[in-house]
Amino acid sequence: MTERVAATPGIYPLPDWAKGTLSDLKGHQKGDLLSGDEGGEIAEAYDEVRAEFVDDQIEADLDRVVEGQGRWDDMIAHPLTVHDEVETGGIVRYYDNNNFYRDPRVVGDLDFSGDVAGELESARALLEEAGSGDAPLAATLPGPYSLAALATDEHYGDDDEFQAAIAEFLAGELEAFPAHETLFVLEPSLVTNPPADGTEERATDAIATVADATDADVVVQTFYGALDEKLYAHLVDEAGADALGLDLVAGDREDTVYNVQEYGSTDSVALGLVDGQNTLVEEPGTIAERVEWFEGQAPAADFETTYLTPNTELFYLPENKYRAKLSALAAATEVLE
Amino acid sequence: MVRNPAANREQFRPTDHPNDSFLLTTVVGSYPKPKWLNRADELVEDPDSKFDESDLEEAHDDACRLITHEHERAGLDTVVDGEMRRNEMVEFFAERIDGYEFNGPVKVWGHNYFDKPSVVEEVSYDEPWLVDEFAFTTNVAERPVKVPITGPYTLGFWAFNEAYPSTEELVYDLADLVNEEVEKLVEAGARYIQIDEPALATTPEDHAIVGEALDRIVSGIDEDVRIGLHVCYGDYSRIYPEINDYPIDEFDVELCNGDYEQIPTFQEDEFEPDLALGVVDAHTAEIEPVEEIKENVRQGLRVVPPEKLTISPDCGLKLLPREIAYGKTENMVTAAREVEAEIDAGEIDLDAPLADD
Repeated sequence: MTERVAATPGIYPLPDWAKGTLSDLKGHQKGDLLSGDEGGEIAEAYDEVRAEFVDDQIEADLDRVVEGQGRWDDMIAHPLTVHDEVETGGIVRYYDNNNFYRDPRVVGDLDFSGDVAGELESARALLEEAGSGDAPLAATLPGPYSLAALATDEHYGDDDEFQAAIAEFLAGELEAFPAHETLFVLEPSLVTNPPADGTEERATDAIATVADATDADVVVQTFYGALDEKLYAHLVDEAGADALGLDLVAGDREDTVYNVQEYGSTDSVALGLVDGQNTLVEEPGTIAERVEWFEGQAPAADFETTYLTPNTELFYLPENKYRAKLSALAAATEVLE
Repeated sequence: MVRNPAANREQFRPTDHPNDSFLLTTVVGSYPKPKWLNRADELVEDPDSKFDESDLEEAHDDACRLITHEHERAGLDTVVDGEMRRNEMVEFFAERIDGYEFNGPVKVWGHNYFDKPSVVEEVSYDEPWLVDEFAFTTNVAERPVKVPITGPYTLGFWAFNEAYPSTEELVYDLADLVNEEVEKLVEAGARYIQIDEPALATTPEDHAIVGEALDRIVSGIDEDVRIGLHVCYGDYSRIYPEINDYPIDEFDVELCNGDYEQIPTFQEDEFEPDLALGVVDAHTAEIEPVEEIKENVRQGLRVVPPEKLTISPDCGLKLLPREIAYGKTENMVTAAREVEAEIDAGEIDLDAPLADD
């Protein structure tokens, strides 16, 4: 019997009050964005944001709670842009979106930072305060392939070495995380800018380095469309993922089903079912149908777990719609019971 | 195919124009708002203030009059009101088009947000969007007034699409509405319309959608009306020479910012519409000296002859300090007039315009 789990990889939109407060406290320019050593009123504002994100998820009744990553000014590039050995360059386009992040220029050894672990400790404390201390926590990290693709290497001097160093860095961060049930590893670049033919294993090795550093269930979430079939097969076999996350909203979902039918799948699967980039809120019944449509075409016996997720991060949405999408995901698991 | 720019260009030549050559000078549209106008926008939202909507309207009128005259003082041949009544280029139109709704701000980068609207039902035309604005400006202006309109591709792709099976279909419906608006503007006397499509720069592979939308926009519009298209900050090689097939009179580009490295792109095939060339940078807060701008004007002569060259800033100037925006505009006009005189005097070799005379 497949367990259905409603979860998100986080990177939520700031509440409207925090958009105003934090832009007043920090400013609008490139140099005003977070460097990771904030304190005082800025840190307090983020504490409030985090508490709201946790409440939103408890309210929606999600099966996994994330920290929400309100501090991630640079989206999934955040773990690098706050690192001491990284300088931030110009503002560059974030994938094919009208969004931008600071180019992280790695200028020294990527040693331990602890930034994301600190966020998760705070989220764990909030859950305990809320009397939900046993609620399963989900952690989120960028995948090493995507993070290397988003960054500029000015230190290692070799692509292989750079990607491996990023994987080791992420694994080191992960070892400091508090107990978590699930880890989302976000890898959109695998779709938008896949590894060249013959170099797939380098990417999957890097992902496996991260996956091996936690006892939690690891979801390698891909998005912005379907994976190339050969890369898909490599990921299933080599990435160390308990679940591969597949985007059923953007691109051609028939391609994704074909990959699963042709090359099998991980024991569990994460499905990108609600559109993280559109305000139209999906009906729980529609989401449930999409799950059944997918599971019905997979040749394998039952999945251990099917994660019901948005196809992307949720920061693209206005705050009312982000909340509605959390509720829709959670309600869909009830429809499926 | 391209419209007939030669049929509508001369109407913008001022009667007292000093030279035989005529490099039409214009602006892209937006201009820094006077600080007091920003205060007025805030004040009207304050429930404790007596400042109300009619006061704000008066403030907008005053600002439009001020900036229109500021453009005339700089010597421009065609002027704009600096878009004093507009907040943001998508929001302003989405507020006026039935079918859009607003849910709140979304992130662009860092702590910069915009109120990205959602299209929740078929879009339709209700009240005119810009006719009152045009009527006011043309009434206070001595020079012809240009009207910038955000194009349907940008209005479609910079919104959430909840209602249409594809955003392309939304774009075509929006193009029909823009056509209706252009017709009304023309009825009100407008002779110079600029369609702004910044979204095309981020997805150049969609150039055919923009072409189809332009066909709809200009349907039934006489050739004495000049239709420009402004596309900024992109790799023009991905939309050129395709834009030669667009039904436009003028293509307005931002090249100063990239130091004219993309000029050769436009030299490969004959450039068919008139070229509106950005000759001052919209994102540097230094006023370029006249001599430097004259060199930039000459870059345009590498692509088209003087009778097909229009001179403008790279993009809207609204992010600059106002005195810088004014200084750039004034120097730009001076540079254009000096280059015209040099052409008349035979001092510029039009086959090698960068060469010293």
